[in-house]
Amino acid sequence: MDIVEELLKGNRLALSRAITAIENETDEAMDIMKKLYPHTGHAFVLGITGPPGAGKSTLTDKLARAYREQGKTVGIIAIDPTSPFTGGAILGDRIRMNGLTMDEGVFIRSMGTRGSLGGLSHKTADAVKAMDAFGKDIIFVETVGVGQSEVDIVKAADTTMVVLIPGMGDDIQAIKAGILEIGDVFTINKADHDGADKLVREMNMMLDLDGLMTDWRPPIQKVIASQNEGITETIENIEKHFKYISENGILTKRRTERSKNEMLDVLHSRIGSYITNKLVETGKMDEYVEKIKARETDPYTVVSHVMKDMLK
Amino acid sequence: MAKVRVLVAKPGLDGHDRGAKVVARALRDAGFEVIYTGLRQTPEQIAEAALQEDVNVVAMSILSGAHPHLFPKVVNLLREKGMNDVLIIGGGVIPETDIPALKEAGIAEVFTPGTPTGDIVEFIKANVK
Amino acid sequence: MSNEKIQAGLDKYNASVEKATSKFPERPNLPEQRLYTPLDIKDTDYADEIGFPGMYPYTRGVQPTMYRGRFWTMRMYAGFSTAAESNKRYRYLIESGATGLSCAFDLPTQIGYDSDDPISEGEVGKVGVAIDSLADMEVLFDQIDLGKVSTSMTINAPASVLLSMYIAVAEKQGVPADQLKGTIQNDILKEYAARGTYIFPPRPSMRLITNIFEYCSKNVPKWNTISISGYHIREAGSTASQEIAFTIADGIAYCEAAIKAGLHIDDFAGRLSFFWNAHNNVLEEVAKFRASRRVWAKVMKERFHAEKPKSMMLRVHTQTAGSMLTAQQPNNNIIRVALQTAAAVMGGTQSLHTNSRDEALALPTEESVMIALRTQQIVAYESGLADVIDPLAGSYYVEALTNKIEKEAWEYIKKIDEIGGAVAAIEKGYIQKEIQDSAYKWQMDVESGAKTIVGVNKFQIEEEPPKGLLKVDASVGVAQCKRLADMKAKRDNDAVKSALADLKKACQDENENLMPHILNAVRTYATLGEICGVMREVFGEYEAHVNL
Repeated sequence: MDIVEELLKGNRLALSRAITAIENETDEAMDIMKKLYPHTGHAFVLGITGPPGAGKSTLTDKLARAYREQGKTVGIIAIDPTSPFTGGAILGDRIRMNGLTMDEGVFIRSMGTRGSLGGLSHKTADAVKAMDAFGKDIIFVETVGVGQSEVDIVKAADTTMVVLIPGMGDDIQAIKAGILEIGDVFTINKADHDGADKLVREMNMMLDLDGLMTDWRPPIQKVIASQNEGITETIENIEKHFKYISENGILTKRRTERSKNEMLDVLHSRIGSYITNKLVETGKMDEYVEKIKARETDPYTVVSHVMKDMLK
Repeated sequence: MAKVRVLVAKPGLDGHDRGAKVVARALRDAGFEVIYTGLRQTPEQIAEAALQEDVNVVAMSILSGAHPHLFPKVVNLLREKGMNDVLIIGGGVIPETDIPALKEAGIAEVFTPGTPTGDIVEFIKANVK
Repeated sequence: MSNEKIQAGLDKYNASVEKATSKFPERPNLPEQRLYTPLDIKDTDYADEIGFPGMYPYTRGVQPTMYRGRFWTMRMYAGFSTAAESNKRYRYLIESGATGLSCAFDLPTQIGYDSDDPISEGEVGKVGVAIDSLADMEVLFDQIDLGKVSTSMTINAPASVLLSMYIAVAEKQGVPADQLKGTIQNDILKEYAARGTYIFPPRPSMRLITNIFEYCSKNVPKWNTISISGYHIREAGSTASQEIAFTIADGIAYCEAAIKAGLHIDDFAGRLSFFWNAHNNVLEEVAKFRASRRVWAKVMKERFHAEKPKSMMLRVHTQTAGSMLTAQQPNNNIIRVALQTAAAVMGGTQSLHTNSRDEALALPTEESVMIALRTQQIVAYESGLADVIDPLAGSYYVEALTNKIEKEAWEYIKKIDEIGGAVAAIEKGYIQKEIQDSAYKWQMDVESGAKTIVGVNKFQIEEEPPKGLLKVDASVGVAQCKRLADMKAKRDNDAVKSALADLKKACQDENENLMPHILNAVRTYATLGEICGVMREVFGEYEAHVNL
């Protein structure tokens, strides 16, 4: 099967295989991405993040259904953490979106973080592009908002939605502080639980104090995703934000920034692995490491050497 | 770096998912990426999920006796979708006498009650493509 | 003998053990404490905590004379294929000395789908009998006098519909509803937590349950309106303490829902019954039964301020543990079931189903069912275990274990209260996660050899595949669909339509009791799928919380 040709024709298996190549960082992946790249740039990318248990998958499910009703096609990338001890992962988001499986206009892919912290945002961005080239109108990227890598992933979105729930205790303080600046739109899920109004008040106060505030003040919407309440309003907020960034040149700026990051990502990873491979092949790696360990030289001098040697 | 991806599925209507959940956790602990579909999945849903997730293995569990009907149906749907390499295994309350027909239909192996999860892990490692 | 003297003796004994174990080490993986003495129960007040049979806190049993009056009800769970086939099996069981019926329904019936629904494909008649309408129910109880027999129905999400069908069949036999005896399982919370045959979300499900409580208290007063079930929680992998703790927490949730709906605790609590598992560890199981009665009695008295003694009695049906049956060397299961039966009887169960040796492989054959029933009869008539009441009371070990299980149960109940009750704990996935963790630990213990299962991880042999297993033919589904089509062609479809429209309206009004409307629809031969379909439309469906 010619993956690119078939993917562009709308073959779902081809899309699936392309994402596998991206995830596994196969040699083929780079070729696929080269050929798909001209076909990307059409989809709207929505990042969804928040603490574990916030109901992100259920919310994604409901939002996706609402977009489907508008006639838009949807791609979903759901990321779950890989266990650092076993390398395995339970990818458990899909189960909350089972109702979408048989809708041909929806494609859901679960991904594990696989420990490759730096590489993850890069891989996710490529998976988004594959779905974009496939022709999806809206692509959701859903991830647990706990670490820097996850934050990097959602930062690559056009609009980032942060999902919180009431009653999370003191932990929420740290989480809120960390994700306040990345949220374009806030959603308070499980709003029927105690403390929802209090959380909205706190969020508002934090936004009031936020010195970095632009003319976009992130809206805060109360939602009960499991009962489909507040979904329409959430979509309105997302669309308002998209309109705002489109009209103010922010979208262009974000996408330019993203293009630059993409290029640098590829550059870093290619050059890095090129040099590393060379060092290993020639046996110089061990030699340098020994010398550094013995304090005969230092990492800085070594790198200067290597760069002079290899990047002529 | 490639990882073995496994879809653990409960086709049919029975709600006994103790085995499926234990297996899902054991597969995770063996370093696989596991997608669990939950209860009451139709063969069509299972095959489509397997395609979107591009899994290497589909592991199904049935305790209701509906396996002669449902297991082969999933195999056929996966083949129709072009998923020819996927390793398909089954488990549950399945009489020995039903196993030859299931294997004939494309189920690579059937694991009956009492099977150590380690055996399932080893089987997948040895047979996954 | 004073405690000091016992302590001195114990110290001496422990010193001797140290010497002995240095030469002859004990087997690994044994319970922490090797010996129990009066010191282990020195704080247990006999009168308050143990007491007498038929008296609060019912640790020693709910009836004053227990099996000296009559044995427990030997109730064999059965049902497969069509109503006509199951009817034959029921009549066979009654002729063999079974004293109550217990109906197993197939999965489409349990989840409210008709046999001709596409989702039912492959499942019709497999794990129980297929019931699509009153017509099937009439065949199921043909020539069985509903005024005499007591019938237990393992039905939950659509319990209201099946109970209505039972009432309607009785009407046709000329038996008034107030004479009917039996039980519906009707326990939706454990379906969410462990068994998986749910339909509607918690709110409308709890409404249906309280509607049944209310309707039966007035119209079917001898009916046990719920069987709050730990059985399936244990089957899903829980420990003994978790089994009773989660189940009693469910029981608390049902009581709270009923009280919120305006019922008085003493009007319905006496009709609540429980359902325990009988596992392999005989003494732990006996202690579990005893502890569960004590916890429930205290819950009813102290938390709900029940006044009628009957409200405080935990009456229990028991089934031997299906998950402990092995597919390997299946005849060994006969011995396991015998031990489990002994545990349930010494634990003081009110009724018992014994599993058959071949159930890890398929549905049981008639021969296997006979052995399982004979097991109960041998324990009843030959073993002497049923001759004195609560025979293990006073055992230092069993009393200490009873205390320990009670304590663990209270800790869980407290934790669930903090989460906001059983419904919230299930919605959060807390209970499911606790059960899964125990199940995983059990499996790992078996695989590491820390736990021995004879024939599975020790004493294995090469075996021929067992012969003569019961198989439900795929043609059953086809025949059932044809019956359904014929019935639909004959009934008054206008009457069905108007009954369903009336039911829909009733569903939309939260203050309306749905039972009379469902009964009305059942009488018109509206099908189970049609009735549940209307409720699905109004109530929606439950989405499971899975957290592996």
